[in-house]
Amino acid sequence: MTDPLLKLSHLNKSFGALKATDDVSLTLMPGEIHALIGPNGAGKSTLIKQIAGGLRSDSGTVEFAGRDVTALGTVPRARAGLGRTFQISSLAMEYTVLQNTVLGALGHDGGVMRFFRPVMKDRRLVDRGMAALERVGLTDQAAKRTADLSHGQRRLLEVAVALTLEPKVFLMDEPMAGLGASGSKRLTGFLDALRVQAPILLVEHDMDAVFALADRISVLVYGRVIATGTADEIKRDPTVREAYLGAEDAA
Amino acid sequence: MTRETLLNIVLFAILPATALVAFALDEPFIITLATKAAILALAGVGLNIALGLGGLVSLGHAAFFGLGGYAMGILASHAQSYTPLMETPFLIEGTKSMLVIWGVAIVTSALAALAIGALSLRTTGVYFIMITLAFGQMLYYFAISWPAYGGEDGLSIYVRNEFPGLNTLDPIQFFAIAFGILAIVLFGAGRLAKARFGLALSAARQNAERVETVGLTPFRLRLVAFVISGAVTGLAGALFADLNRFVSPTMFSWHTSGEIMVFVILGGVGRLFGPVAGAALYILLEHTLGGLSEFWHVYLGLLLLLVVLFARGGLIGTIAGREVAHD
Repeated sequence: MTDPLLKLSHLNKSFGALKATDDVSLTLMPGEIHALIGPNGAGKSTLIKQIAGGLRSDSGTVEFAGRDVTALGTVPRARAGLGRTFQISSLAMEYTVLQNTVLGALGHDGGVMRFFRPVMKDRRLVDRGMAALERVGLTDQAAKRTADLSHGQRRLLEVAVALTLEPKVFLMDEPMAGLGASGSKRLTGFLDALRVQAPILLVEHDMDAVFALADRISVLVYGRVIATGTADEIKRDPTVREAYLGAEDAA
Repeated sequence: MTRETLLNIVLFAILPATALVAFALDEPFIITLATKAAILALAGVGLNIALGLGGLVSLGHAAFFGLGGYAMGILASHAQSYTPLMETPFLIEGTKSMLVIWGVAIVTSALAALAIGALSLRTTGVYFIMITLAFGQMLYYFAISWPAYGGEDGLSIYVRNEFPGLNTLDPIQFFAIAFGILAIVLFGAGRLAKARFGLALSAARQNAERVETVGLTPFRLRLVAFVISGAVTGLAGALFADLNRFVSPTMFSWHTSGEIMVFVILGGVGRLFGPVAGAALYILLEHTLGGLSEFWHVYLGLLLLLVVLFARGGLIGTIAGREVAHD
């Protein structure tokens, strides 16, 4: 049995009386897509922040590639190989599309304290940035200002920047949001192939995508994981139907 | 060639052209004005690294300008009175050498920027502005109350400091020194903005979260930018003191910080030649409007208001348009 790349053990986080994360334990195995679903306000975003390092947990541990990273912040976790994409695109808007991926390549390369050679003439970084753009199909937009991209293209650029980091684990917060049906389908195909490169912890509302992609699904309701299993197991699980899918059927 | 490049060439040529014409017409005062503009532009180029690239609104850059000025004043005053700065534990003499003075000014203001930045960069927004302002004012009152170097009256230096091979008392030769330094620093600042460091620093201004997510620390980037910024402004301070052959606590005052910021905003925040345009315009206004009325700052204020309201990219932004992206 292989060891999980990402392992959350008994994570807790409270905001005052509200338990946003309630004793959450889950694992992400090499080569898998583990989807995290749950109704709005279930605490998915809080959990993502706890994993990425932006929010300190009250208790519990986060282990990454066999190493306890609970005490580390966002930057060392990113350096350790955690590639995160944001629910709401978080990009350098004044930069061109290519500059954003070159920034990612620079983060991966390190050596940022260099003051003289033009970074956009650094073949290694630019090639890496272009390669990432090509993989998500943004090559034609490379010279465009990021602020001028469509919403869907920004979502893809988020993924492209994460690719430049060559992470050990992808942490994707609703990458399909606002992509539209065809875009969503394309990205689903892309993520399907991406899991071979690194496993993905996928937070997603698009149920078609989740059921098509996920090897395992965890259902988060009121900060608790109420069920973990394959797509079929989750579909059949009565507590899940009641808490989540049932609510959607009714609506 | 882009419009901005063309504009930059024109801006770069304006100061030496003015100085040379004034030299031909035997108008040393105009040469001195051009020199002053070059030195103030240098101070602005320094601030622009923190403000334009890093998004760090420092209202305390007078601290570095003043430290550079006092580095010159203290070293030169000891040299002219033939008294050493200190004898124990080792002897430090004053000096009249510009090169040594510049080195001291750069190192002193860089160290001060390191200390001030390490504390103030833990805050953001209005708190950052206030803390940098507070540090500047601390040094201002310290300079006022320190009698050894003139206190409120400042320090006068009788003869301008020396530069190998040049007669620094000749206005056009001193202009050449000041402009030469400005040119070198502009070149360096232009390279820095396009280098790895500049890319990451500017990204941290646009979106700190993004920079952290790719594994870079915004605080470190900003601190280094603040130190470089302070060192450049400190060098400008040393030159400014040498131009006037006088230093006083005014160099430390928050008015000075404000003026340096005005150069940057007038010319265009984050534009390489913004401070050059801003400082030149400022000197031009001071000279022309200042002759008409004592209250010329009213017009400056009005102009600043117009720039902030209607021309966000300053003079350069208005003429050259939005900055074009990567090349």
